[in-house]
Amino acid sequence: MTDLLAPADEAAIAAVVAQAAGEAEPLLILGNGTKAGMLRPVQAARSLSTRNLTGITLYSPNELVISARAGTPLADVEAVLAERGQHIIAEPPDLSTIYGPGMQQTLGGVIATNLSGPRRIAWGATRDHVLGIRAVTGHGEAIHSGGRVLKNVTGLDLCKLLSGSHGTLGVITEVTLKVLPAPETVGTLALPGLDAPAGVAALSAALGSPYSVSAAAWLPAEAAARIPVLAGFGQSVALARIEDFAPSVAYRTARLRGDLEHMRCEVLDDAASRSVWRAIGNLVPLVAEPAAAIWRISVRPSVGPVVLRTLSAAVGAQGYLDWGGGLVWIAAPATAAAHAAVVAAVTAAGGTWLLMRASESLRTAVDVIPPEPAPLARITRRVKAALDPHGILNPGRLYGGM
Amino acid sequence: MIRQPEPKQEVLARRDAIVAGLRALLPAEAVIAEPLRLKPYETDGLSAYRQPPLVVVLPETTEQVAGVMRFCHAEGVRVVPRGAGTSLSGGALPMADAVVMGLMRMNRILDIDYADRCATVEAGVTNIGITDAVQGRGFFYAPDPSSQLACMIGGNVNMNSGGAHCLKYGVTANNLLGLKIVTVDGEILSIGGRHLDAAGYDWLGLLTGSEGQLAVVTEVTVRILRSPEGARAMLAAFRSNEIAGTCVDAIISSGIIPVALEFMDRPAIHACEEFAHAGYPLDAEALLIIEVEGSAAEQDDLLARLRAICERHDPISLRVSQSAEESLAIWKGRKGAFGAIGRISPDYLCMDGVIPTSRLPEVLRRIGEMSDAYGLKVANIFHAGDGNLHPLIMFDANDPASFHKAEQFGADILTLCVEMDGCLTGEHGVGVEKRDLMPVQFNARELDQQRRIKEAFDPGWLLNANKVFPLSEAAMR
Repeated sequence: MTDLLAPADEAAIAAVVAQAAGEAEPLLILGNGTKAGMLRPVQAARSLSTRNLTGITLYSPNELVISARAGTPLADVEAVLAERGQHIIAEPPDLSTIYGPGMQQTLGGVIATNLSGPRRIAWGATRDHVLGIRAVTGHGEAIHSGGRVLKNVTGLDLCKLLSGSHGTLGVITEVTLKVLPAPETVGTLALPGLDAPAGVAALSAALGSPYSVSAAAWLPAEAAARIPVLAGFGQSVALARIEDFAPSVAYRTARLRGDLEHMRCEVLDDAASRSVWRAIGNLVPLVAEPAAAIWRISVRPSVGPVVLRTLSAAVGAQGYLDWGGGLVWIAAPATAAAHAAVVAAVTAAGGTWLLMRASESLRTAVDVIPPEPAPLARITRRVKAALDPHGILNPGRLYGGM
Repeated sequence: MIRQPEPKQEVLARRDAIVAGLRALLPAEAVIAEPLRLKPYETDGLSAYRQPPLVVVLPETTEQVAGVMRFCHAEGVRVVPRGAGTSLSGGALPMADAVVMGLMRMNRILDIDYADRCATVEAGVTNIGITDAVQGRGFFYAPDPSSQLACMIGGNVNMNSGGAHCLKYGVTANNLLGLKIVTVDGEILSIGGRHLDAAGYDWLGLLTGSEGQLAVVTEVTVRILRSPEGARAMLAAFRSNEIAGTCVDAIISSGIIPVALEFMDRPAIHACEEFAHAGYPLDAEALLIIEVEGSAAEQDDLLARLRAICERHDPISLRVSQSAEESLAIWKGRKGAFGAIGRISPDYLCMDGVIPTSRLPEVLRRIGEMSDAYGLKVANIFHAGDGNLHPLIMFDANDPASFHKAEQFGADILTLCVEMDGCLTGEHGVGVEKRDLMPVQFNARELDQQRRIKEAFDPGWLLNANKVFPLSEAAMR
């Protein structure tokens, strides 16, 4: 276990970083470390955590904004929003299903990893709703970008640059999010028995309908069997969600059902819908052997089935499709050969991958995200140097040697 | 007047050679060097500022853009990228020693993919051109800036443009999947693609709204959405800005997010009504236009809920549209607002601050006081759902003192917006107009950090160098 520092305010975080910068000493940056198994392992003698920067600093429901310090557990933010009938738009997942139970994930960790749930396909990613951010750069300086208003194009958008940067460009200390009213009712159309291409075609029709479908997934039979509500189908299921006021949900599910003209189509009620989509976002359908590696692949939705079939044939991968087919969750043996198959399939499909979980040795040995073409890689190194000139923040997390 | 950097004399001295070099790279008609033909490029939507460029190039392909960038990089010549030139912040204002890179000839729609709900177009396709191309299949491109008939998607990306409907659909950044860009040294790069959430740093997000500081955008892949079944508007008139503001709060807290929620103050109501005869009540202090979407029954349901909320706020009048035609009439005044102000005053500055919506009454009161103090009329149009305030300051361009006062008034309003926890610009960009106000919103460390990121892309400050960042040693190089 490395030496853990967990200061209680931003100034103390800045002091730690400034001192480390002076000594060119690498730091492992984390919140509660619930997603430490993602990407490449970081080699650092000391860890710097934001877990003691807690508390909601602003909540204005009528202005659709909430601010909280980075170490605030996400669940606390969600609970405060729920009291006023609001929610986090991108419905970030709880990945304790694949990383194991333990501490609660923090708001800062969710922003730093830019993880989004099923609603992403219709309402944007976590990063789309980051209105403001405070962070300590590798210079040991606290900066802010954005603010607490819904529209803001003043200056370069460091909110987006820092979101999903996995702690390599700055230590996020506080975040302001746009939030929305939570839907009154949730309904889901379930179409059992379609193979992946037919299922994704149905999802494409649903997402291309005027009925504001807010999530669309396809599960093969073995994945559906892991969700109690769906297990009864005993076969694959394509699912399309509609969320709104109750009369709208009733009307639109009925219209969509008519438009899809499918032989068999069932409507899941509010409670069933909520549990199904929570499970899909949290990777419940993927639960794999603890030793298996897990990849998150993003491609254009229509080629998701090809990627899944290819990897299933090549390395016996299991998986399922979210985001209308474009998000391919894959579990396969944690081997270099399986990783090479993923890289080949995704490259052929024109998409992106992220190694979510694997043995440390595999995560150290392979490209955990796609390498960039040389001219872009040069810009990446210069932007990294612009924010972290001594290379002390989570070195190696995204790319070996950076 | 906002100061412009000194042109590099050694570049001006090499003008003939630079023009010849560009002519060697591009078709003859793609290089404009005759002074008379440079006139149309000397300004943009911020027409008080004018500066003929060194030369204008109008490339037709990404490869030509790359050739020009390689040449300019090698020669140390600045480049100002330009779309339709509709920027209200001077984002495309030329520099005397810079090549204006006009992308309007790159106007092809390259691919429409309905199955994956995206379209790939060149940077010079107009905003409305994307919707025009897909509406036959019932789709649309969501961000809808007021200039959408003219403005181009490349400019929209660089300014992260919004519009009246972004409360529901988001701004440009929320509707992009991929870009093709040319770096300052002429490398062609693909960013993102047709998939969501590329791994690695969020270049798509950083480039969006970067105002031509980081790279030249030549192709854009946007998300296209299926149009709703229908939309209908209602009009609600109130006795005071405070009451209208409270009503906006009540609407949002009811859980309804209208697709548009527009606010006009008394001067704006009068100007628009005289111009458009939309039937706006002239005895109102504040007017809300509220639009909802869905089937006829869904519209009825939402409008009934909204009507009930408005009725609790002592409205002077409420008018719920019964048809698409009536909705159009309700919107007619608002959409004609700029023309309407233009009839009262030939010259006006359209400001673009953002405030927390709860501060609206206070901000409008302060703007009214400033208006009296400066002796300049102002009308306020406000995207009430998202806090984006557009004060239209009327002045007389023939009177330099009047223009100076208008600029000062505008700066005071934007400073007030920042004091109120808002920001300098919600959708028009910093450009030249708000460049020197940046220290109001950012401290020196923060500006330095942004400059370092600019330099990671453009070490020699060749791209749009007179914009966004307060003039400094670095920017004046």
